[in-house]
Amino acid sequence: MTGAAAGGARLRRAGDRGWLVECPGHRPAELALAIRAASWAAELREVVPAATTVLVVAEHAAAMERLAGRLTRLLDAAAVGDGGDGIRSGPRAAARTVVIPVRYDGADLDAVAARAGLTRAEAVRRHTGGRHTVAFFGFAPGFAYLDGLPEPLRLPRLDSPRARVPAGVVAIAGNQTVVYPGGTPGGWHQIGVTTTRLWDVDATPPNRLAIGDRVVFEAVGP
Amino acid sequence: MTTGTITTPTTGTTGTLTVAAAGVATTVQDLGRTGLAHLGVPTAGPADRRSFTLANRLVGNPENTPALEMTLGGLELTLSTARYAAVTGAPAPVTVNGVRVPDPTLVHLPAGARLAIGRPWAGCRTYLAVCGGVEATRVLGSASRDSLTGLGPPPLAAGTVLGLGPARPVPGVPVELAFSAVPVDGAVTARFRWGPRDDLFDAADRQRLTATTWRISAQTDRVGARLTGPPLAIGSVHLPSEGTVRGAIQIPPSGEPIVFLSDHPVTGGYPVIGVVTDTDIDLVGQTLPGDELRLVPAR
Repeated sequence: MTGAAAGGARLRRAGDRGWLVECPGHRPAELALAIRAASWAAELREVVPAATTVLVVAEHAAAMERLAGRLTRLLDAAAVGDGGDGIRSGPRAAARTVVIPVRYDGADLDAVAARAGLTRAEAVRRHTGGRHTVAFFGFAPGFAYLDGLPEPLRLPRLDSPRARVPAGVVAIAGNQTVVYPGGTPGGWHQIGVTTTRLWDVDATPPNRLAIGDRVVFEAVGP
Repeated sequence: MTTGTITTPTTGTTGTLTVAAAGVATTVQDLGRTGLAHLGVPTAGPADRRSFTLANRLVGNPENTPALEMTLGGLELTLSTARYAAVTGAPAPVTVNGVRVPDPTLVHLPAGARLAIGRPWAGCRTYLAVCGGVEATRVLGSASRDSLTGLGPPPLAAGTVLGLGPARPVPGVPVELAFSAVPVDGAVTARFRWGPRDDLFDAADRQRLTATTWRISAQTDRVGARLTGPPLAIGSVHLPSEGTVRGAIQIPPSGEPIVFLSDHPVTGGYPVIGVVTDTDIDLVGQTLPGDELRLVPAR
């Protein structure tokens, strides 16, 4: 069950309370921020941006048709870039830049450099020189997918994931980097480690990174 | 873990609950962690929310008050103080000091009495709410144990002591309003809505989903109910990870559906052909390996 909105966006039904918004031409992170900033956001239980979609879950099933209309109008306004409550003009959380010092001595660094046709030092330079942005969270609490891995470093995931990856391991796969929150398996290439903790359930909020933040990786140590 | 966890009673606590036997899997639950899915945090909460909230209402607690969810019974405990308690969900034999309670929906427990909840006759998840609620450390705002991420208080074990919140008036809900649905004959019909990715499936696959009597597999837990039956033919589909909801019917490359329950991951990469309704997902949360499940489109 789907409905068309402007700019190729579509609303796909995701159960009694959910709309999955497909939004070609928009970054899901920005669309999610615009939805959260809307005057009716209090009617929403969850707003979950991912790679190409935003899942919107309503508090009450009765509000689904009204919610579809609101999402469609928001997408329409965004498509023409008018002065309404569109994505381009909507209030935005200030994008921050978070610096993460990394000791580049990961178990897979040499293999990554070899497959990219780079020296180890060049591979590190490419990673620290990348324009990394928090795209979305998924997989595990605090698992932030950072877009922006430079081209020669892009590799498919490991054939066989490691059973448990400790907190602070910096790893890459596809066009993304992640800092493992700890306690999860992991199939990404491990290139380094940071002492910076990006996820702490006892902190408020528990996430040091927010969607849209810029991340700068800085090489430190021996 | 053999010693359990002791939660120090806080001010206003007027009693404790001491676990003698924890059964197969007994956890503290409230209605879960909402509003954090965009940070990768699952909701958790009871597998059968209707039975859970009913238990709390019966003893006069707000619906979100921490209570116990047991899988296949086996819980034995004592309270340090006299309290009303309610047993809902999968119906199971209940005894107080070894004496069978004929209608365990609302039970008065004298101080020090031993409450035992046996294996259910039907369904798998039984709920115990104590008037005033149990006290448990809240993680990210919730006392729910999440089996996927390990967030929340650890599962109960023999020796676990939980504080009890202050007693409150018990409203006396008529017992005839207290029944909760469980799959009594091992066969469940769950309604679902098509989408969000039903259009990736051909007509034969959609027909197979609704025509098949699926069987609940042994690999079923609070994350999801895995179904076995003639597989859908879609095979491997490249779909970027996207947000998922409780009740989502995900089709992995094997073609055998997985129905997401309370501890499901917040994103998934396999196509979701439909979503079980909010009402009927509680029934799926009560199914046991071997039970039959039919999926029918909601009107």
